[in-house]
Amino acid sequence: MKTSVKEPETQVKRPDESLFKRLTRQQLFIPVAALTLLVLFNLIADPSFFAVSIKENSLGNPVLSGNIISVLDNASELVILAIGMTLVTASSGGQDISVGATMAIAGSVILRMVCGTEVTADTLHMPLILAVLIGIFVSMLFGAFNGTLVAYFKIQPMVATLIMFTAGRSIAAWINNNQLPIMNDISFKYAGTFLPGIPVPTPIFITAFMILVFWLVLKFTNLGLYTQSVGINANSSRLNGLDPQMIKLLTYVILGVCVAVAGFIRVSRSGSINYSRIAENIEMDAILAVALGGNALSGGKFNIYGSILGAYVIQFLTTTLYKYDVPSTALPAYKAVVVILLVVLSAPVVREKLAGMKKAPAKAAKGVS
Amino acid sequence: MQEGAVLEMRGICKYFPGVRALQDVDFTLREGEIHALMGENGAGKSTLIKVLTGVYPKDGGEVYIKGVSGAALIRSPQDAQNAGISTVYQEITLCPNLSVAENMYIGRTKGAMTNWKQMNQGAGKILKSLGIPAGPTQQLGTCSIAVQQMVAIARAVDMECKVLILDEPTSSLDDQEVQKLFGLMRDLRAKGVGIIFVTHFLEQVYEVCDRITVLRDGTLVGEYVIEDLPRVELVSKMLGKELDDMADIKGEAGGTAVSLEGAPVLEAAGLCSSAGIKPFDFSIRKGEVNGFTGLLGSGRSECVRAIFGADHVTGGTVKMDGKDVKIRKPLDAMKQGIGYLPEDRKGDGIVGDLSVRENIILAFQVMKGFFHPFSRAQAEAFADEYIKLLEIKTASADTPIKSLSGGNQQKCILARWILTDPKYLILDEPTRGIDIGTKIEIQKLVLRLAAEGKSVTFISSEIDEMLRTCSRLIVMRDRKAVGELCGEDLTQTKIMATIAGGDEE
Amino acid sequence: MPKEITVDRQGRIRNRVSMSDTNLLLTITILVFFILYLSAVLFLGGGFTKPQNFLNILNNNAPLIVLSCGMSIVMITGGIDISVGAVTCLVCMTSAVNLEQQGGNILTVVLIGLGIGLAFGVVQGFLVAHLGIQPFIVSLAGMFFAKGMTTIVSKEPVRVTNEGFLAVKETRITVPGLGAPNKLGQYIPAYVEVGVIVALLVVIALFFLLRWTRLGRSFYAVGGNSQSANMLGINVRRTKFLAHVLCGLLAGVGGILYFLHVGSGDVANAAGDEMNAIAASIIGGTLLTGGVGNVAGTFFGVLSLNTIKRIVSSLGFDEAWWSNITVAAMLCLFLVIQSVVLLRKNKK
Repeated sequence: MKTSVKEPETQVKRPDESLFKRLTRQQLFIPVAALTLLVLFNLIADPSFFAVSIKENSLGNPVLSGNIISVLDNASELVILAIGMTLVTASSGGQDISVGATMAIAGSVILRMVCGTEVTADTLHMPLILAVLIGIFVSMLFGAFNGTLVAYFKIQPMVATLIMFTAGRSIAAWINNNQLPIMNDISFKYAGTFLPGIPVPTPIFITAFMILVFWLVLKFTNLGLYTQSVGINANSSRLNGLDPQMIKLLTYVILGVCVAVAGFIRVSRSGSINYSRIAENIEMDAILAVALGGNALSGGKFNIYGSILGAYVIQFLTTTLYKYDVPSTALPAYKAVVVILLVVLSAPVVREKLAGMKKAPAKAAKGVS
Repeated sequence: MQEGAVLEMRGICKYFPGVRALQDVDFTLREGEIHALMGENGAGKSTLIKVLTGVYPKDGGEVYIKGVSGAALIRSPQDAQNAGISTVYQEITLCPNLSVAENMYIGRTKGAMTNWKQMNQGAGKILKSLGIPAGPTQQLGTCSIAVQQMVAIARAVDMECKVLILDEPTSSLDDQEVQKLFGLMRDLRAKGVGIIFVTHFLEQVYEVCDRITVLRDGTLVGEYVIEDLPRVELVSKMLGKELDDMADIKGEAGGTAVSLEGAPVLEAAGLCSSAGIKPFDFSIRKGEVNGFTGLLGSGRSECVRAIFGADHVTGGTVKMDGKDVKIRKPLDAMKQGIGYLPEDRKGDGIVGDLSVRENIILAFQVMKGFFHPFSRAQAEAFADEYIKLLEIKTASADTPIKSLSGGNQQKCILARWILTDPKYLILDEPTRGIDIGTKIEIQKLVLRLAAEGKSVTFISSEIDEMLRTCSRLIVMRDRKAVGELCGEDLTQTKIMATIAGGDEE
Repeated sequence: MPKEITVDRQGRIRNRVSMSDTNLLLTITILVFFILYLSAVLFLGGGFTKPQNFLNILNNNAPLIVLSCGMSIVMITGGIDISVGAVTCLVCMTSAVNLEQQGGNILTVVLIGLGIGLAFGVVQGFLVAHLGIQPFIVSLAGMFFAKGMTTIVSKEPVRVTNEGFLAVKETRITVPGLGAPNKLGQYIPAYVEVGVIVALLVVIALFFLLRWTRLGRSFYAVGGNSQSANMLGINVRRTKFLAHVLCGLLAGVGGILYFLHVGSGDVANAAGDEMNAIAASIIGGTLLTGGVGNVAGTFFGVLSLNTIKRIVSSLGFDEAWWSNITVAAMLCLFLVIQSVVLLRKNKK
């Protein structure tokens, strides 16, 4: 099963179309074009943006440093979320806006597990892998909660997930009695920073691993075909023996796994958690990544690699804006403008109008002949 | 405009993506007449009416209305209301959350304020005079469907209109309510209102109408004065009987000389579903082609949906090859070797954005299971095989199915089910809305499948097709099986008489 | 005709027994509120018995009442607007900066509030009604835009010292006949703030609009079934557009009231109020699917929500997070109830 179905064959067969038109119709056109623009801008404005150097980090290990490394590193959580968000979008035609809040929950659970009852712990109270697995399990439960509301109670995804969006950070605080646990064991921070002796940030490896896992899952199961089929036509899918509700639920549970992994990376970066600020506004970025990747927010066909690329583009944009001293709190305003532009351009009404403008001269020409 | 005409439509065309819904249709409505608009499902009646009332924009032709100079511009239901056209649609187009009185007045009162007292009084008066059992302040959603339909009629009648359109208003009414409606229609006729009446109940047409216009496949068949068109002839005009070039495909495909003995593949007893069909018995033998026939709404689709588990089955038993089986959902039926091509190709059949290849392998893939996807090469091999076998015209197997023509989409769905190698295949209206060449191909295919030993149920609105393919026909009327025809009884006249019902007496 | 008589009687009986969904849900909401408050008075006593404490619910939530009313109107047409909280915050910050750094006065504050609200309403309404974009996405972007703009206007909290403004802010309107002796035995009359009067006027005006005007009834028709509404001759696009404009405008008014209540601009102002507004609307009997709801219910929804919050905190769960969890739980409960009711109705 291959989800990134491009259609070069059919498009090549239309000789009357210009190369430009064929390019713009490719699903990956938008993210690639956006990335190219950003790269060009930075090249012209300040080529040193791309410089990569080796520095010593706080532990005295030599590590890679530079804007590009920082983009790849900081995009990790977003890329992982974007994968799950793409599946949810495809199957249910809506988005989960609680991912930031559930990341806080997963992070809080993991910290709680490794810190035991202590507020400031110097050693792991539990094998890290077990703590992460528990975090993943809890996060899957919350995913199942969202998925149940969407699939079985037929509540619009965004409204259903509004519940966790509100309560999530409070639940995260409640899990740790509103204390701010701090994990000082250095091995806890490996996942969010660097493994000893390796100069590349660990989140990049985790992200690559997650991408690989989903590539394998999409290749060796029917997840892609089923979610797309359900998202495009649930009636028809049911008559072909699928269980649309079950599949929608499944995608939300899978998103739960992604959320937990992303939450783990985030708490591992600092070894601590700030319930109200951790992964703030990340749901917006995740939705934006899906849209930037050329996926319809109304569900159906999806291209997971588009979303991944979209996530990197967003991080690239964020890093660039930071470099030019745009305060982090003002970022949402810029991104909101990008979202609105994207949804306006992909709105059926606007598309028809644009298509109509192109077709009108063609019709007139036919009328003459 | 003709003398005495209140509405004229000339050369109306309407296209939907991939479908020609109306082609050059003329229609004339005279003052003070009740004019029946007849045709089978998909003939274009509802489309014509929605074009007239501005719900759909038309792609060609002109509309003339008495009192409006030149071609009338109707771009929205508001425009139609202002031009004196009031409409009762097939599906109830009222707001269930509002009160009865509000539904009768909203959208047609002037002024910014709502005068509840006046409105309730006015509505009360009309409701009483029409004998509608509802209070003006009652919430519409709490009324029965029949009452809701009567309220819609009351609203339309209360408007000062020149043209009243009733699009299948009687399907939910009982006899008494229908009589009330007819009384009302006759009164309005006497006042000079032109009424367009769409129904599939033949009795009602002959009871109340003056003239009939028949549509078929989006084209005009003709306009007739009611006295000149006997019932059987009307049915034949609606269903169309081109017994010409494709006369005898039975012989071509080896005939349907299937013995009516032998063990049944599937037996159903007392089957009924939440879709509201009366319990029915059914069985089919190996290599047999049978069919359900009856007019739209007679319950033929609901029967096969119940067999496939597509609707919630509420009672009855099913045996496959003599063994009791439980079919609760489509997957159960698929595992028993049943395939189902649904009536609504767009809504229930194709998965529009997926490619032709994915659409073809979908059902077989689902049966194979979540963890066993076909390799790309395998899927391509399947798709290519069936694209070739069924001569599906597509740019490539990667083309999204929605960009194919209706006939080719239908072939893909057929391929999907043949690929699963079913023992029993249900085809509900496989030939609707597709070109004549493909229709013949599909019929031939059905006979070929039967010759290979598969059992097929074939449903079509076109009697000829049924005659050519089926060896046994179950006739449905009012959600009930009313007759079973086979052998010598399988003639056009006999079938039409059984469908029409009334003529036998 | 015997049938008609029985039928008439049936009709009359039905009239008496069943009420419209809107009125039914309104009745439930009011009952829920009184039961909540009465049981709080009975079992928790203390603070709940003092009139001033009840009026403080109003004083503290006047902005929320206005926001929730706007939300209810959009929800009645079948949409949603989650930008209202952020717009409120933006209005506060802009007003504060205007008063402190640009020499503004009460009038400019009012104009700023209405202007910002109207701008958000018009843009979002256009995108939703005329371009057919999902209201959730549109208002999510609106929310983030407003949040970002707030920090662009000022990152630091701005306290207002303008005297004219403070005079209005401190104005207390005593409620005749209500009051209680304080610890020293002095009789202190109960009071409400100016914002409460405005909020009540807004509720009354909107109640009137929804009940007796053509526009108000169109909101219900569009939410009940927009296709039917179109066929009944209602301009669906314009109706949806106006609903969003009205909601934006009310978010502006809510922003002014919020500013009047707290007297400062802060990026944390009205945080999560879009959630509270949605919860209050839903608890107040507005159906998420549209067509059913009432601003009177919304008013009681706000009161119920805050009564519950206070009950939870007086039971000893006074950490901040409990309030969010309570709101979410109430929201979840009412959403599921609505969904079950709707699914059952559809099955019939």
